[in-house]
Amino acid sequence: MGLDFSILPAYADILWQGTLWTIALTVLSMVFSLAGGVVFAVLQLSRHAIIRWPVAGFAWLFMGTPLLLQLFLIYFGLVQIGLDLNAFVAGVIALSLHFAVYNSEIIRSAIVAVDKGQYEAARSLGLSQFQAMRKAIVPQAVANVTPALGNMMIALLKESALVSVIGVMELTLSAQRAISDSFRPFEFYIAAGAIYYVLNLGLEQAVRVAERRSAQYR
Amino acid sequence: MNEPIVKIRGLKKNFGSLQVLKGIDMDIDQGQIFALIGASGSGKSTLLRTINQLEEVTEGEIWFDGELVNQKLPHRQREAHLNRLRQNIGMVFQHFNLFPHLTAIENVTMAPLMLGRVNKAEAIEQAKKLLDKVGLSDRGDYYPSKLSGGQKQRVAIARSLAMNPKLMLFDEVTSALDPELVGEVNRVMKALAEEDMTMIIVTHDLRFAEDVSDHVIFMADGLVVEEGPPSLVFRAPQEDRTKSFLQQVFND
Ligand SMILES: Nc1ncnc2c1ncn2[C@@H]1O[C@H](COP(=O)(O)OP(=O)(O)OP(=O)(O)O)[C@@H](O)[C@H]1O
Ligand SMILES: [Mg+2]
Repeated sequence: MGLDFSILPAYADILWQGTLWTIALTVLSMVFSLAGGVVFAVLQLSRHAIIRWPVAGFAWLFMGTPLLLQLFLIYFGLVQIGLDLNAFVAGVIALSLHFAVYNSEIIRSAIVAVDKGQYEAARSLGLSQFQAMRKAIVPQAVANVTPALGNMMIALLKESALVSVIGVMELTLSAQRAISDSFRPFEFYIAAGAIYYVLNLGLEQAVRVAERRSAQYR
Repeated sequence: MNEPIVKIRGLKKNFGSLQVLKGIDMDIDQGQIFALIGASGSGKSTLLRTINQLEEVTEGEIWFDGELVNQKLPHRQREAHLNRLRQNIGMVFQHFNLFPHLTAIENVTMAPLMLGRVNKAEAIEQAKKLLDKVGLSDRGDYYPSKLSGGQKQRVAIARSLAMNPKLMLFDEVTSALDPELVGEVNRVMKALAEEDMTMIIVTHDLRFAEDVSDHVIFMADGLVVEEGPPSLVFRAPQEDRTKSFLQQVFND
């Protein structure tokens, strides 16, 4: 039998809900992974090994293992120690931590690359280490790596599909539900793919705006 | 007679096994303009940078405004002490070190705002005055990348002045500039000198040093070789090393 996309409107509602959940999942994880990336990056540059080491170990763990495993660990594993997270929250946490670790690697090398005269200038004005980091170093470091962070965020959007396996009704799982109801896998996977593609285009636009903004001082 | 605002005693500084400052004594009174001259590598920058503790001291004492700068303190207290101290000591660098992601006016308001000295409106008003003072009232919204070297350096001076420092340190602030831009920065420093700011100016520009300073220090190999009023040090140097240095520079 051939393709018949006229089936889609009947399932528009479930696809729309799935799209909204995917957007929520992605946007929240983006925000946390960027904030977390800055925090991890700064902690990894601490003078104190007692701060550096746990963060480095944590980063190593999250870079060296599959996201799927991390997701299972957070969703199913934490229950065992009494932390019963709902699937959406677990998904946001897993995606945020996973991408925070990658973001922090990007941000850390950008911080190290900032001319040390910037830090000296800030300190010579009387700013504390923390204030110098926050106002002088981190903003320009992040601005210098906006394109790389943008690519990470685009990857995050696509990886968010993985969260379907723990039952978050995001776009991929919504498509699957529609399929098991209609027995039309081809149409719905194509439809879901098209929606991801459109979301990605939007995100790419946003990244481009952010890039232009962050480069305006050059 | 008042206490000198800067008092340095027996200052030594090592980088590893290399001794860069070998025992410096110095007294600077409120309102004095010191010029620090000497060959490359003689320790001028290092001396300047120990005063606001961008470099730690190996031995000796630095006093600023009646307070021991290099006192031994636990880390946190030392940081607080340094932050407070540095708010009263402005520093201007050879390569400007303006914050590139901030506009000229944001560069000037950043520290006063961050340190809670003023509210935003006051900070902006003060910054406008300072930019006006350095001749850049029309450049407040420019990013550093859109300014010439001379303009950048004048913004950097305004940025330091925004903290109302009692002492200004200048480390070869015109060395990175095209020759035609040196004058505009020198004029700003000259104006500051005439307002009774206490200043230490490290420079290779001996004509400017002679013009602006009231005390010249000639350093070589981490020691003060000769010092005195510019008329004496430049016109009637006593030491052979001073003579040969001056000869070399003026012949270039
Ligand atoms: N961070 C450092 N580590 C090791 N050696 C240093 C450091 N900073 C300066 N030095 C050395 O200390 C000596 C004095 O340097 P300093 O920068 O104070 O000289 P200067 O008089 O300012 O020279 P210039 O006129 O070239 O700026 C030089 O031999 C220099 O190589
Ligand atoms: Mg120097």
